[in-house]
Amino acid sequence: MYAQLVETGAKRLKTKEEMSPEEREFQEKVDAETKIEAKNWMPEGYRKTLIRQISQHAHSEVVGMLPEGNWVTRAPTLKRKLQLMAKIQDEAGHGLYLYSAMETLGADRDEEIEKLHQGKAKYSSIFNYPTLNWADMGAVGWLVDGAAIVNQVVLQRTSYGPYSRAMIRICKEESFHQRQGYQILLDMMREGTEEQKAMVQDAINRLWWPALMMFGPHDDESPNSQQSMAWKIKRKSNDELRQMFIDQTVPQLEFLGCTAPDPDLKWNEETGHYDFGEINWQEFYDVLKGNGPCNRERITTRKKAIDEGAWVREAAVAYAEKQKQRSQAA
Amino acid sequence: MSEWRLYEVFVRSKHGLNHKHVGSVHAADAEMAMENARELYTRRSEGVSIWVVPSDTITASASDEKEVLFDPSEDKVYRHASFYKLPDEVGHM
Ligand SMILES: [Fe+2]
Ligand SMILES: [Fe+2]
Ligand SMILES: [Fe+2]
Repeated sequence: MYAQLVETGAKRLKTKEEMSPEEREFQEKVDAETKIEAKNWMPEGYRKTLIRQISQHAHSEVVGMLPEGNWVTRAPTLKRKLQLMAKIQDEAGHGLYLYSAMETLGADRDEEIEKLHQGKAKYSSIFNYPTLNWADMGAVGWLVDGAAIVNQVVLQRTSYGPYSRAMIRICKEESFHQRQGYQILLDMMREGTEEQKAMVQDAINRLWWPALMMFGPHDDESPNSQQSMAWKIKRKSNDELRQMFIDQTVPQLEFLGCTAPDPDLKWNEETGHYDFGEINWQEFYDVLKGNGPCNRERITTRKKAIDEGAWVREAAVAYAEKQKQRSQAA
Repeated sequence: MSEWRLYEVFVRSKHGLNHKHVGSVHAADAEMAMENARELYTRRSEGVSIWVVPSDTITASASDEKEVLFDPSEDKVYRHASFYKLPDEVGHM
């Protein structure tokens, strides 16, 4: 999802007998749904996995501002521009809530951001696709934030207290994101010209599969997913979440009067779920590896923002220093 | 930004309620911490008052110290109103 592949360091799950007394006590606490807090003892692997997952999640929120930032100056009306800016500011906030949760684990924000800039840290593959027309702002809000909500609602119950609380704050803000997106598409489909309606379908055609990829690869028997589930960092499998998303999204798609670029998508009376086609996993791994349409552009833009803002941060420190000396002298 | 101090943020959501911890912000000084906290934690009128406190000035109990630190309150049941059984005739007290 926003964290699509998280290394846990586990080769296989330890049995209760193999655990140290501290590890066993920790696991029992997790099993009893007691939240783990920053000052509690925790296995080193748990701490590292969380730092990886929360930083990936935070980076995704921050890089996620870029595809939408592309349309701030091109929004069709002042109302849409204000809404878009409010949404983008929320995403900056989400990044900050998450970095702050991550810092409770002893990680340093600057160091983690540096890893992102060096290409050592991941962020969601979805933000490496371009936003080519105004309908993309609708499709991003509806599909991308919609997929994020499915994942984040479940993460509210994650075992680490600060992460869980950040998720609760974020979820409160997300439904505005999804609704404003869907409304953009509805307006275009109801009142738009034929050309504008075609833009909506085009946006859905391009973003549908990348949105499904947000949930990450199929769940396998990999020790990483098993360990994350055992620690209750992860609460539902990638495939379960993807299915939930599809089941809730298809009726909305039909209401718009649009279609998905998937000939295999159809309701299955027996299972009570939608069947759907296979994701192009080669594309997923390519984008994750840095070879998507916008990977290089995204990281260059982030770096530039940090580098060109350096003088502002230095000035702020100099100003704070001067004020301190003044108040001491007085 | 590492040279910026970390501040914990507490927000009073409504008049009459306590300030509650909501998260943290980085800032060059307290004034900036206040501005950042406003922008980050109260964009939808979530609060009527904000405190920012440098994180390194907080002394916290380790949550694992439960027994040692909070034990004395467990065996002082007479601190709770429910400990005192009154005859029904006394009515609600
Ligand atoms: Fe977000
Ligand atoms: Fe988002
Ligand atoms: Fe969002």
